[in-house]
Amino acid sequence: MCGIAGIIYRDGSVHPIGDEMTRMLQSMKHRGPDSTGYALYGNENEANGNLVMRYKLADANTPRDFDFEDKLHRHRAIVESRLASLGAKIDEVEEETPYAFRVSFSYDGDLKLLADFVEDIPEAEVLSLGRALEIVKDLGDAETVHEQYGLSEFSGTHAIGHVRMATESEVDIAGAHPYWAYPYSDVAVVHNGQLTNYFMWKRRLERAGRRFMSQCDSEIIAVYLAEEMSKGASLQEAMDKSLDDLDGVFTYIAVTKDELGVAKDELAAKPLVLYESDELVALASEEIAIRAIVDHEIDTYDPYEREVLVWQR
Amino acid sequence: MTQITYDARGLAEPFADVPRISEIDGERARFDARDLTTRTINLELRWLLYEQGVKEVEIDNPGSRHSLAVGLLTRCKLTINGSLGYFGCGLIDGPEIHVTGRVGWSACENMMSGVVVVDGNAGSLTGAALRGGDVVVRGRVGARSGIDQKGGTIIVGDSAGSMTGFMMQRGRIVICGDVGPGLGDSMYDGTIYVAGKVKSLGIDCVPGEWTDADTELIERKFRIYGLGSPPEFQKFVCGKVLYNYDQLEPSERKLVL
Repeated sequence: MCGIAGIIYRDGSVHPIGDEMTRMLQSMKHRGPDSTGYALYGNENEANGNLVMRYKLADANTPRDFDFEDKLHRHRAIVESRLASLGAKIDEVEEETPYAFRVSFSYDGDLKLLADFVEDIPEAEVLSLGRALEIVKDLGDAETVHEQYGLSEFSGTHAIGHVRMATESEVDIAGAHPYWAYPYSDVAVVHNGQLTNYFMWKRRLERAGRRFMSQCDSEIIAVYLAEEMSKGASLQEAMDKSLDDLDGVFTYIAVTKDELGVAKDELAAKPLVLYESDELVALASEEIAIRAIVDHEIDTYDPYEREVLVWQR
Repeated sequence: MTQITYDARGLAEPFADVPRISEIDGERARFDARDLTTRTINLELRWLLYEQGVKEVEIDNPGSRHSLAVGLLTRCKLTINGSLGYFGCGLIDGPEIHVTGRVGWSACENMMSGVVVVDGNAGSLTGAALRGGDVVVRGRVGARSGIDQKGGTIIVGDSAGSMTGFMMQRGRIVICGDVGPGLGDSMYDGTIYVAGKVKSLGIDCVPGEWTDADTELIERKFRIYGLGSPPEFQKFVCGKVLYNYDQLEPSERKLVL
């Protein structure tokens, strides 16, 4: 089933989106209790020009064998030395959990090269890379992940989130949403639905040099959008094109550094409720999620089939 | 909102008590649902209607929760001041319900009789498997409204999404705005009236011939629900090429025999 949610403040004002997205996702816990994920857009790095990379060196349910901790320790050191060897100046490394890290650094080289070099380390996966984007995902409900990763400190302008009921692939962090649009910085996607031409697009995009870290069909959307946008398409254009290229049932939300967009398939098979005010746009699989952050009675509607809507902050 | 408890099977609130918080004034009652859960709101409603002899209930702050005002099998009048989530007013037989906000997916599913008036918009699958009664949505509805409809009337003040009236078997759908693609796809019987543009007709849905009975129905429904003067409608019916629908309802079979 899965539940998706998004929120963007139109005037670009900064809000506690970590808390707000948690309230939205927790109210939709019944749509997917397997894992919860966030793509949050902060603003603190824009000032100092740093990049933020969220990466993991093991999955939440990787078997803890005798050298598990040693291995994490070793791999962590390799990540840092590899970043340094590419000329990145590390500002800060934060250990969010024993296996998930957040590193901020200054770097002006090729992002694909950097991501590939990090992911060359066994079991390493770059969850997100960008100047504003940070993807946080783990097993459990929204409150568990919020607590684990200290999201109450996170403020920003827009965010998307996902609660997952796994249908197509395993229950692990690699299979959790949101997906980063590797290697395109600051783009992320959450998806509710199933894609039926997954393997065709996976092969096509792999030939174009993209990598896939999971067996989850939703990863296609993020990488597809990255491919289109790297050819010069805007988010709106890439999403419009995806309606013809992707087959299956879907409602997905895509975000960039300053845009948030939603697309629905031609059957309008998956739900989406939309609330627009002068201040913000909030959307979710169920209105109850929007009501978790807007206290008063509101006017909302369900977009129709083949609709692509994009908002700027 | 109150924390919901789950039992080992994952069932929500297996042992909930009736909150008994309503202000009861003769046959009328009113309560605030803000601090109640879905289960306790429905328990309160049943307690009022079935045990306290109340005929008219007003509910404040429903907060878009799912499955509210469901399974009510008695004549009564409900006013819901706010919006409902999914499955609102489903499986009802008799009530007259006014929702001042919007409703989510599958509102009035399998409703047997009564009236539901929604001032706002509705989600997809509105009036799914509707058996009788009137569902009036003043705003727009999502996709697949009136799917598998087996009776009753759905009236939509604004536009409707794709596959409206999909596999409908009986009853009427009246849409004052535009309709998405696949209108009346695979319908067996029933009538769909559209005032706006139809994006495309579904399989075996064809334009029908307008009769005086159609005019009478539209005028009567518009008068009852205060919808103003009716616009000009096009009528769509089943082409009877794909299916033949000659089974009678059990109640009708009794009449014939």
